[in-house]
Amino acid sequence: MNKVMSNKWIIFLYTFPALLLIAVLIVVPLILSGYFGLMDWDGIGAMEFIGLDNYIAALQDSKFWESTLHSFLLALFSAISLIGYLAVALILASKIKGANLLRKIYLIPMLLSSVAIAQLWIKIYNPSNGMLNSILMWFGVDNPPAWLADPNIVLYAIFIPIIWQYAGFYILIYYAALKNIPESLIEAAKIDGATPLQIALKIKVPLIMNVFKVTIVLSIVGSLKYFDLIYVMTSGGPNGASEVMASYMYKLAFSSYDFGYGSAIGFLLLIITLIVTVVIQKLTKSKDEIQY
Amino acid sequence: MRRIGYILLYVCLGLVAVFQIFPILWLFMFSLKTNQEIFAGNPFAFPTDPKWENYLKVFDGGIGTYFWNSIWITVVATVLTILVASMATFAITRMKWKMSGLVLGLIMVGLMIPIHSALIPLYNMFLNVNLIDNPLSIVITYVTYNLPITVMILLGFYTTIPREIEEAAIIDGSSIHRLFFRIILPISAPIMSTTVIINMIYNWNEFVFVNTFISSDKYKTLTVGIQNFIGQYMTDWGAIGATLVISVLPIIIAFLFFSDKIMEGITASAVKG
Repeated sequence: MNKVMSNKWIIFLYTFPALLLIAVLIVVPLILSGYFGLMDWDGIGAMEFIGLDNYIAALQDSKFWESTLHSFLLALFSAISLIGYLAVALILASKIKGANLLRKIYLIPMLLSSVAIAQLWIKIYNPSNGMLNSILMWFGVDNPPAWLADPNIVLYAIFIPIIWQYAGFYILIYYAALKNIPESLIEAAKIDGATPLQIALKIKVPLIMNVFKVTIVLSIVGSLKYFDLIYVMTSGGPNGASEVMASYMYKLAFSSYDFGYGSAIGFLLLIITLIVTVVIQKLTKSKDEIQY
Repeated sequence: MRRIGYILLYVCLGLVAVFQIFPILWLFMFSLKTNQEIFAGNPFAFPTDPKWENYLKVFDGGIGTYFWNSIWITVVATVLTILVASMATFAITRMKWKMSGLVLGLIMVGLMIPIHSALIPLYNMFLNVNLIDNPLSIVITYVTYNLPITVMILLGFYTTIPREIEEAAIIDGSSIHRLFFRIILPISAPIMSTTVIINMIYNWNEFVFVNTFISSDKYKTLTVGIQNFIGQYMTDWGAIGATLVISVLPIIIAFLFFSDKIMEGITASAVKG
């Protein structure tokens, strides 16, 4: 039995396809990205080694810093909005009739492609005929903003469809975690005279803290990689006001054909994402595991 | 007092539901309207005389090619991903070897990395082997980049398969391949169906790889194809609406039938801690 289940040839045969694909199409490209970052290269012609020039240029590139700032702002918004999703999940999990149907409805936007969502919200935000401004004018607002054309509000305008897209996802996760709390704990608290609000904040929330911490990592790291929706909605505009790290990298590589510099930015994106992941995991690491 | 509290809670939940669902309803409605109806009329009104011609126009415009590409690429990539992931998960969880943890860790690296960091080298590699503007590049990238999440979802189930099942099969003289294909794969059908649905949604909605690696219209999938369409219909809102509805409808129909599986898959894919 043991001999059969530790047959080296079989193990190799079964893991080789997965390992080959991961190595060639994920690991090697990530390393190459750092390497290409050392080159002056238009993607077609010969590469010229220029050392750390691209990385130094990135650190002095105000557009890079601006797009990084925007990415981090989106990450911050995303993390804060988790509190709202948690509140909805707490309500939903407190013996609400139709909770199952509601969480399904909440989840629908999450299933649509970011491209479709972006195109739909371009229409919603359309200054003269969009749904949003139609409603605003109906309420008597005379000059509703041109949401995606105004550099001061475009980033916030983009954040609304992001909330729309992900709300159902986080509510679903919190709801599942809340439903795992043993009923006996809640009953005991009720007998001791705890109000529903106290039960929610002092018992339920601490008990699902581990799940909440996972979602903090998910939302922040996810935001740093954000691309599709922004690329389709504004392609970083107007004038860079909604540029994020991934869209800036994409533009450098596939619009300006600056593959060397684009690779350097792509590699920095990787490093930043990894650092942030480690830092948040350290910060949110619980000292004691909750038992119940 | 309690009653009022409960009513307030329901109102909150209802408002969230309206916020989530209304944009989609609005999309369906304007896909059936003329421009005059959209621009002059009430955004909440149902179309007075539904313009199904909008949909005909989009199909005549050639959205069928994109639709077909989305279907076959989604299906082929999903089948391959699940086969490769199941084999790897089987070897990692059921076979006895020292490096299994390391191999699992390597596969899981893919969960964290931003795909944009790998995009330029990937593009360059495909260019060198003549796979740019070839759907094969899309299929193998989909398979690779969905492997980590698929292995993660399968992992939980595979570790709970009782040893006795394997022992019985081996004692009966079954080979490992027979054990895997005839016993392990069939009993993992429920969890496999979860990974099928998650892979299908991911592949159907994927944008960056197709946008970067594919340039010919004949190979584009819906996510990239609808970009062309919308550019071409510029001001014809009805046609744009119809294009978007066609692109999201398969997913919404799938959700109507498989919502529990989809929710299970999404929950499983998130809680990786």
